[in-house]
Amino acid sequence: MTDDQIPSAYVRDKRTPAPSREELRARIPGWGVDLDPADRPSSPKLQYAPDSTGAHWDFPERQPGWEGRERSVEHAFVTPVFGTAQPLHGVSGAIRGYAYRRFSEARLAHWLLLVVGDRVDAGGAHLRSLVSRRPDVPATGLRSEVTAGGLSSRSGRSDRRHHVVDPLVAAGPWAAVAGAVTLGGRVLWRELSRRHR
Amino acid sequence: MRAMVYRGPYSVRVEDKPIPAIEHPNDAIVRVTLAAICGSDLHLYHGLLPDTRVGHTFGHEFVGVVEAVGPSVERLSVGDRVMVPFNISCGSCWFCARGLLSNCHNVNPNATAVGGIYGYSHTTGGYDGGQAEYVRVPFADVGPVPIPDWMHDEDAVLLTDAAATGYFGAQLGEIAEGDTVVVLGAGPVGLIAAQSSWLMGAGRVLVVDHIAERLAKAATMAHAETLDHDTVDDVVLELKRQTDFLGADVVIDAVGAEADGNLTQQLAGAKLKLQGGSATALNWAIDGVRKGGTVSVVGAYGPIPNAVKFGDALNKGLTLRMNQTPVKRQWPRMFEHVRNGHLTPRAMVTHRFPLEEIPEAYHVFSAKLDGCIKPLVVPGPA
Ligand SMILES: NC(=O)c1ccc[n+]([C@@H]2O[C@H](COP(=O)([O-])OP(=O)(O)OC[C@H]3O[C@@H](n4cnc5c(N)ncnc54)[C@H](O)[C@@H]3O)[C@@H](O)[C@H]2O)c1
Ligand SMILES: [Zn+2]
Ligand SMILES: [Zn+2]
Repeated sequence: MTDDQIPSAYVRDKRTPAPSREELRARIPGWGVDLDPADRPSSPKLQYAPDSTGAHWDFPERQPGWEGRERSVEHAFVTPVFGTAQPLHGVSGAIRGYAYRRFSEARLAHWLLLVVGDRVDAGGAHLRSLVSRRPDVPATGLRSEVTAGGLSSRSGRSDRRHHVVDPLVAAGPWAAVAGAVTLGGRVLWRELSRRHR
Repeated sequence: MRAMVYRGPYSVRVEDKPIPAIEHPNDAIVRVTLAAICGSDLHLYHGLLPDTRVGHTFGHEFVGVVEAVGPSVERLSVGDRVMVPFNISCGSCWFCARGLLSNCHNVNPNATAVGGIYGYSHTTGGYDGGQAEYVRVPFADVGPVPIPDWMHDEDAVLLTDAAATGYFGAQLGEIAEGDTVVVLGAGPVGLIAAQSSWLMGAGRVLVVDHIAERLAKAATMAHAETLDHDTVDDVVLELKRQTDFLGADVVIDAVGAEADGNLTQQLAGAKLKLQGGSATALNWAIDGVRKGGTVSVVGAYGPIPNAVKFGDALNKGLTLRMNQTPVKRQWPRMFEHVRNGHLTPRAMVTHRFPLEEIPEAYHVFSAKLDGCIKPLVVPGPA
């Protein structure tokens, strides 16, 4: 390696300087219109301008109905405005409520319990749907596998490798529940028939 | 009304729900005329974000018409056509007062570590979102803005998140004139990040992904060089080679928690949920940037810990910058850029689904079928 072949990282300056402003402006529409780092909307990060936000209150009026609503224990109170969609209910609600009451956001247990709550919620909803007029299917939107080129779209893509796992991830819990129900049913049936013999 | 509803991982459907009501004096109710599915919705769809409840309506990118306003609303009237930032912000807390509109402390009782977001689980406040015919918009005097007459609705809906996030991501990179900028991810966020990098003076922009049509879009729409990470054995090494062993001056992670490229990370994070997601792209960013360089993270990660190569970041003296985008703060300047054709959000729209077809839309966008880059959702009769 001669001296002038030594890569940029080992010498003072980049060996291939960036193209000139003129070149870039000619090639890229708008090149450099935000060139000044100090004149970009998010700089500086903190911009104290309380009168520009549209708020005409010092502290917002409190939305009614906050009593009993779950909150992070890192909050001093239920925030003045909050979402009222899907309030806690049932077993999943008990798990989630416990996660909120017992653990701060800093604790992994807080989040893992919320995930458990999610799976219980979804599992219960799926089971209930099976006896409703509109049963859930393990995964939705699958018609597009046929109509939107499921195979051809993925040809040559590396994410194929884990898309293969998707059916397992989506259907696994269903298969597990179906298996458990079948097995349990069989055991029960055997027990009952034995007793009646 | 009709609304998209979450049933559990990989399972969504359309249901009848009551039209939302005014619950606070500064609320508005907006009739949604156009919505979109964001890469972030995929994290919910795959069951990655804790406290995503059955029955939740997703959707944080939407525009519409004001249908009703609460008694204290001063700046909006019934009938106004508005675009609504994905952040819910009070405008008056410590954070909002300083422009951190994505970090508002007054709108999300469920967590302090993230602000309020429409249709984005209870971890961001438990608000139903805009993939529906109507949506409740809190703090109507703070968030929504009338859509300018000259603006196309498809640009407006993308400005409520994806485009604003790409532009914000480039700013977090602290790009200096002549910098080599690598953008990981050629989704809607990455594409606009690449376009924006030029506006801030980049000398070279390289976009990495493994989906051919998205890379092609990066080349045409954002004038970028492209790298298909499936074609190289080691992306970081390839980036070093392409930058004369320096590494990139700036790397923008526009991928987030479901990154491909490392099967173990993918399975442990995105599939088995043993960590907060797959941190492959973030690790590529940390290892692919030069020493003393800046990593901008706009790709989303959940609250569960991730396997991140923090030691490399320390030893290399990196600047790491990140946030959920404070959308409204980006708008005045972005409006100019869209009007002048320097940013072209709607060039990314590939699909328009009626609301009734939203399960198909989720699957097509999630599995990246049919050349899908950005799917829009149109409420109303199918
Ligand atoms: N910070 C914010 O405020 C904010 C706002 C919007 C979106 N986001 C996040 O930004 C990310 C991108 O959003 P989007 O709508 O463009 O999503 P998207 O899913 O359409 O795009 C992600 C792209 O990354 C590619 N990819 C996967 N693994 C990769 C890897 N290892 N290297 C390079 N590319 C890889 C995928 O093929 C895909 O094209 C998501 O994580 C989303 O949640 C954050
Ligand atoms: Zn989003
Ligand atoms: Zn606030």
